[in-house]
Amino acid sequence: MRSALECCDARKVFYVKRERKNGTALSRLFAMAIPKYEAVEAVDRLTFDVAPGEIFGILGPNGSGKSTLIRLISTLLLPDEGCIKVFGYDVVKERFQVRKLINRVSVDAAFFKGLSAMENLSYAARLYGLDRRTWQTEASVILERLGLESDKLYEPLEDLSRGMQQKIAVARAFLTHPLLLLLDEPTTGLDPVSKREVQEFVLEERERHGTTVVLTTHDMQEADRLCDRIAVIDHGKFVALDTPEGLKSQVSTNGNYVTLEEVFFALTGKTLKGHTKSAN
Amino acid sequence: MLEINRELRRSYALVERNFNLIKRYLGWEVVFMIYTVVNTLTIAFIGLSPDGSGQDKVLYLVVGALLWGFLSVLFHEVAESVQWERWEGTIEYSFMAPMRRLTYLVGVCLYAAAYGAIRTVIVMFAVVSIFDLDLGSANLLAGLVVLLLSSLSFIGVGLMAAALPLMSAEKGSQAAHILEAAILLVSGVYYDVSVLPAWMQKLSVISPATYTLRAARAAFLDAASFSDIRNDLVILLATGVVLIPLGLAVFNQAELCAMRTGKLKRSG
Repeated sequence: MRSALECCDARKVFYVKRERKNGTALSRLFAMAIPKYEAVEAVDRLTFDVAPGEIFGILGPNGSGKSTLIRLISTLLLPDEGCIKVFGYDVVKERFQVRKLINRVSVDAAFFKGLSAMENLSYAARLYGLDRRTWQTEASVILERLGLESDKLYEPLEDLSRGMQQKIAVARAFLTHPLLLLLDEPTTGLDPVSKREVQEFVLEERERHGTTVVLTTHDMQEADRLCDRIAVIDHGKFVALDTPEGLKSQVSTNGNYVTLEEVFFALTGKTLKGHTKSAN
Repeated sequence: MLEINRELRRSYALVERNFNLIKRYLGWEVVFMIYTVVNTLTIAFIGLSPDGSGQDKVLYLVVGALLWGFLSVLFHEVAESVQWERWEGTIEYSFMAPMRRLTYLVGVCLYAAAYGAIRTVIVMFAVVSIFDLDLGSANLLAGLVVLLLSSLSFIGVGLMAAALPLMSAEKGSQAAHILEAAILLVSGVYYDVSVLPAWMQKLSVISPATYTLRAARAAFLDAASFSDIRNDLVILLATGVVLIPLGLAVFNQAELCAMRTGKLKRSG
């Protein structure tokens, strides 16, 4: 069976400005001889695939490469090396085909904040070529399912809470029935009830439409609850990839129960105080 | 045909979205409109002599102000389209939609032309209500054709300017404003280009607005026929035919560059 997502040795390097420290005139002179930019491996030769209908989680600390990977899959970034395919379509050579199959929810609900939810949804529906009757019917079902009150839908989004904005972003993504949905920290800023509503909705949509989901999150419970498999990413590399239970058993010693949070700390070498922990 | 219809419906997404934004910020729109009307009137009053004569000079200035008002809105809306998306944080969402970039840009240009035309008509009515302008002998059809042809060139230049914020978020937008100011200076919007220093006159030759203003003034003030302004019309048409594909090509290359360097995002 064809994979929903294939990532083959994908690599992305960014060139960021090197920090120049103040110092003596001599040290500043030496610094001028050093190149102004340094290479940072945001995604470091990742190879994995995701099966159709799978919910694939990506956990990692800030700056580990999660969002870069999502942007590579969503055709907003070109990989430097390797290939990424969505249902067999290459994200570089066939990006128009890929765009028809995907949608994305980013951590910051990207909207025209002066417009209402309905005006933003109308814009999105037109971009994706949906006719008015179809999208309005679909939207009302999705918005009701996500617990959004209809009287709020005509107010400017800037007047709504962050949680409500994020739910509308989720609704916008599902409106187009993507085969591959990219959720980049979709529940950040949601209260526990709203978070649970969104999670239930994702599971239902997967059940109903077979949607494949790639989810990045900092919420370990969410990852544990939703994901079939989880990859832990650090410095652009996957340091582990397994089912939630598989990851826990990798870290567990003497058969003790461990949480996904403990797995995360162990695999990324981080402690709560932010000090590097010695590798086991 | 069906495909074109479908793409045009998608283009309309941009038109509808931007008019919805105008409705949302209607108060500001009214303020900007009043400012533009007042600005045009003050320019027109410069041409009037204390004894009330000088209608020709007023018309000369009004034609310049109205045409520049339209063309600068057209240029500005097209050139700032990417920057707007960036400010609003929607650039990633809009650019990952399954919409051809041509369709997106057609939507931007349609909105810019409609918005510019509405603004220009409102200003024109305000000016006509204050000044007793005689347009009886003007060749209005020729004036309209000049406007249409020059729109093509300005869309082309606007597309190239729209590519600048893709490559550099802040500097790109600044460069677009400087380009707009330079066109205003050298094109003879409120004066004949012959009064410019020699080096500026050389620059006026490469500005499509120079030909627009010369031909439009000939049509409105001297009732010039199509054959009288044929040369300027041909230049404007040729410029548009060259600049639009060139603008699209530059925009596509800039988008690829932004995708390579990671600048196709909110903060750029």
